[in-house]
Amino acid sequence: MEKLLVVNNVSKNYGSYNALNNVSITVEKGSIFGLLGPNGAGKTTLIRIINQITMPDSGTVILDGEPLQPRHIQYIGYLPEERGLYKTMKVGEQALYLAQLKGLSKQEAKERLKYWFDRLQIGDWWDKKIQELSKGMAQKIQFVVTVLHKPKLLIFDEPFSGFDPINANLIKDEILKLRDDGATVIFSTHRMESVEEMCDHIALIHKSNKILDGKLVEIKRQYRSNTFEIGLKTTNHAAISDVLRDKFEIFPATFKSIHDELQYRIKVPDSVATNDFVSYLTSLGQLTHFVEVIPSASDIFIETIKKN
Amino acid sequence: MNHLSLIIKREYLTKVRNKSFVIMTFLSPFIFVGIFALVAYLSSLNSDTIRRISVLDNSGLFIEEFNSSPHSQYKILQNITLDEAKKQAEKEDINGLLYIPKTERLEDLSKGITFYSEDSPSLSMMGDINNLLESKANALKLREAGIDAETIKNLHINIDANQETFQGKETSKLGSGLKLAFGGAAGYLLFMFIIIYGNMIMRSVIEEKTSRIIEVIISSVKPRLLLLGKIFGTTLAGITQFLIWVVLIVVLMTVVTSVFGIDPAAGSPSQQIMENKVEGGAQQVLQDIMVEINNLPILNLILMFILFFVGGYLLYASLYAAVGAAVDSETDTQQFMMPILMPLILAVYVGFFTVIDNPHGTVSQVFSYIPFTSPVVMLMRIPFGVPLWQQLISVVLLFATFIGMVWFAAKIYRVGILMYGKKPTYKEIFKWLKY
Repeated sequence: MEKLLVVNNVSKNYGSYNALNNVSITVEKGSIFGLLGPNGAGKTTLIRIINQITMPDSGTVILDGEPLQPRHIQYIGYLPEERGLYKTMKVGEQALYLAQLKGLSKQEAKERLKYWFDRLQIGDWWDKKIQELSKGMAQKIQFVVTVLHKPKLLIFDEPFSGFDPINANLIKDEILKLRDDGATVIFSTHRMESVEEMCDHIALIHKSNKILDGKLVEIKRQYRSNTFEIGLKTTNHAAISDVLRDKFEIFPATFKSIHDELQYRIKVPDSVATNDFVSYLTSLGQLTHFVEVIPSASDIFIETIKKN
Repeated sequence: MNHLSLIIKREYLTKVRNKSFVIMTFLSPFIFVGIFALVAYLSSLNSDTIRRISVLDNSGLFIEEFNSSPHSQYKILQNITLDEAKKQAEKEDINGLLYIPKTERLEDLSKGITFYSEDSPSLSMMGDINNLLESKANALKLREAGIDAETIKNLHINIDANQETFQGKETSKLGSGLKLAFGGAAGYLLFMFIIIYGNMIMRSVIEEKTSRIIEVIISSVKPRLLLLGKIFGTTLAGITQFLIWVVLIVVLMTVVTSVFGIDPAAGSPSQQIMENKVEGGAQQVLQDIMVEINNLPILNLILMFILFFVGGYLLYASLYAAVGAAVDSETDTQQFMMPILMPLILAVYVGFFTVIDNPHGTVSQVFSYIPFTSPVVMLMRIPFGVPLWQQLISVVLLFATFIGMVWFAAKIYRVGILMYGKKPTYKEIFKWLKY
């Protein structure tokens, strides 16, 4: 895969405070990259460096094969976490202004705005002032302004905050569509379910250091604990439970079922092959349910942070 | 550069379209002229009132002096006792009763003369009465000593020294007055301009912070460019407002003075100067003023006015912008306003006290070089004649400091605009410079 953005050993200090320490990430073209981390980890600092709002103390940033330059600003669309609009300006004027700052001509900006306003069904807001709109409505405008100049790289910092579920979904679909149209997305959020749904690749930043990085699937494979949820119909539940407890680490589990069965979550030692485990279970009774427990992004997040 | 003009345009348009800005622009001149007309009207009312005074002159020395005029009416009482006169005066609608006792010696007069009235009389009325009595008493005294009043008058010599520079250029009091007026007006104008529009820039920076749009903007343009754009845009809006004010005030003043027949120059120094020259006739005075104006270094004045005005304003404007970037809301600006206002106020004080007293003294000179005070102080000095090289040094220093200040303000701005929620200390701001 082609690389769109390469961040190499970037460090940033604010006085004696170390905001980023030798962080490197690589974002592949056409992917959605999840930048995760607790509050104050350094995500926003990294995003601001990519946007050339702050300069790194050391390290390099390469965009599309070139070291970051001022003119690259027009290739990036950035939706900051702390975002807003001029309250007393009209929607249309404001969108035009911001688009022109990104290098679009007035004519071009108008046409594209019309397309987007129709698409998100907000065409009749053109002459309204921002202060007359709700927060969610204003967020839609911000989203449009971010993507209007067709940037190669889109950076969204908590894009769904402030949206109701319907609009959050709408925006999610738009982001996915932009990705399908060839844009690359960096995406910083605390909402793990959207990471799960959208991200191909994640990096976890904690206390200024990157502590985890990779494709989401691979990370999940790495974090699998060989744990399974099972349902087992037996003649004597109590006796079989004791047998299992002796052999494995078991945890209670509940899932929907039509049977009257034993339900457990069982951690199997790595030495035991899954097939052997299944045949062992069938020897104890009738197997009605067998599912590998896949770590959620949220589990991985919490576990990794705790380890560090 | 294209971005800069976009930013300037936006700043300008939002300012100019702002409702309160429009209202202030068109309302202020009306308020200003209205207040002026009110004051003029009230003081004319005051001078229209007629003083009614009863006079009981038992000495008989002053009777001829009390000639009624449109502003004061005297009623001479005769063949009546003081008590009767007092009772009578109390009943009538008059300002008071002046009693002059019979006396043998002029020296004793002052002890006996009394003014009776219901309330305490106004200072100006008592002054007039005292003057009247005093001059008559003095004349009488002179006659007693055998000196004729005419002789005294002939003995008096008026001195009004001619002023001339070593180069042979005539200077005059009238000229000094004009210079003072020009310098004072220029200095004061700049002072007002900085305070009004500096605050406007500050508020505009704070607005971008509180509305959280700033991060979107600076992901598109450099903070320094945004800072410059804001300063220029607001300045242009300010100039627009100022020009409208000037035009409106001039028009309104003309209307008001012609409709109500108020003399706008009443009581102003220029009128006093004119009165002193009354012998020459009004035509002569006008000519004198024109000559004096021609004597001023007009081109130099205008050029330097523009340079110092622009330089001084930009210097302070960038400071205001930096303060706006450092804080979160307008209420937090207090602690940072002092260091901005101090040099400005100092400049005005130096200008209005030291420069007027001695335009070329050491204090005046020093303060006309310091960039934070030079715009006001130098502008006030220039009409009195400042060597060109001094002016140039001062201008260069001013603009160099402005550039330095923009760099400094941009540093604070760059860090400050992304800091939310916390009021920074001076120490923290100093640290930002090193980020």
